[in-house]
Amino acid sequence: MEQSDAAAVAQVRAGDSDAYRVLVERHSHSVFRLAFRMTGNEHDAEDLVQETFLRAYRQIGRFDGRASFGTWLYRIAANCSLDFIRSRQRRREQQTPVDEQGQELESAVAAGDPTPDRLAFSGELQQLLAPALESLSPMERTAFVLRHYEGVCIEEIGKALGVHSGAAKHSVFRAVQKLRKALEPAVSAAKS
Amino acid sequence: MKHLNEDELVLHYYGEVHDGGVEQHLQGCEACRANLESLARVLDAMDGLKAPEPAAAYGSRVWHRIAPQLAQSAERWWTGWLAPRRLVAAAAMAALLIGAFLAGRVSQRRQMAGLSGPVRERIMMVAVGDHLERSQIILVELVNNESKGTVDISEEQRRAEDLIGENRLYRQAALKSGDRAVSSVLDELERVLLEVAHSPSKLDSAEFEQVRQRIESQGILFKIRVVSSNLREREVPPPQGKANTAL
Repeated sequence: MEQSDAAAVAQVRAGDSDAYRVLVERHSHSVFRLAFRMTGNEHDAEDLVQETFLRAYRQIGRFDGRASFGTWLYRIAANCSLDFIRSRQRRREQQTPVDEQGQELESAVAAGDPTPDRLAFSGELQQLLAPALESLSPMERTAFVLRHYEGVCIEEIGKALGVHSGAAKHSVFRAVQKLRKALEPAVSAAKS
Repeated sequence: MKHLNEDELVLHYYGEVHDGGVEQHLQGCEACRANLESLARVLDAMDGLKAPEPAAAYGSRVWHRIAPQLAQSAERWWTGWLAPRRLVAAAAMAALLIGAFLAGRVSQRRQMAGLSGPVRERIMMVAVGDHLERSQIILVELVNNESKGTVDISEEQRRAEDLIGENRLYRQAALKSGDRAVSSVLDELERVLLEVAHSPSKLDSAEFEQVRQRIESQGILFKIRVVSSNLREREVPPPQGKANTAL
């Protein structure tokens, strides 16, 4: 019979680190998907998956069981991702002046040359989506990914990221506003 | 007629509107319906960002990568204490505490556990110096944290919790030995460590700023540096024949 998450957590807390394997193998795929959407590349996503499980292991004494282990792990993954994209953004800001970043986004969107025919291919569309997501602030991207791709409600996003639900809501709004501005011309062109 | 704004349309798209008025308005307003359709097209297009599906054995691969680090995590407490410098310090602490107990019962002036006063003092200086250095690193990391928005201090809290017990032992030993400068700094440090350990692990920018200001306003980092510097001077072996002050 498959061991439940709660039973595995209890064993880990009792000092059996091997019991953690069940939890890692069960939740790795979903944490990877979240991490990929947050970071936009597989290599960083894999690093984040490992960081998430290590952080969860160190903090497992604080897991109170009010939420499921999966939800608790998701919160840790979201926070690891947020920390990661913040530090990535800081590194980029130090390397690239702000006006150049704006130009990079514009040229990335333009390079997609979004004619209706080309947009019929999801691979081409994906070329536009990644830079559009990159243009969001770390908090906007995290909140948007949780809301849009993971289906987490805004109140839960606030709890997961340790902010008021109003702040989470505004992060989602700002994200949608920016994405709409960047993508609407291309998407409309594809429709017509 | 007041049209729906974009925020209301976003909430509607994600099914987070529980106000029947929005739905009713959409039924009767072509402009808002068109706006919602336009928004939905962009958001639906975002679904095109597919995440690659890892291989079935991915979970097992993650486990093999992190398992050695879990063992290190579990052993950290022991390995920390088994490091030569810490081992000497731990032995000295045990000797000091037992010695203080025996000395109190037998004779205040009798030497403890076979260790001479200068040797005991030097070992104690190394242990306290090491403890202050590790505490200082945590506080410096907190003070220099430049994150905006919510700050996660859970890692610093975990390390602060580890240091609180040691701090208490060193403070009591310093108090017993009459070293007021060291015991006073350790007393202040203990309060700061407790505050860090007992704060919420995620702080918004205002809460984090309060913690940072409390660390800075007490001047604890400066005091730690001064005491550490004094301890390092006292760690240096005295020239032969010159007496040392017993701890």
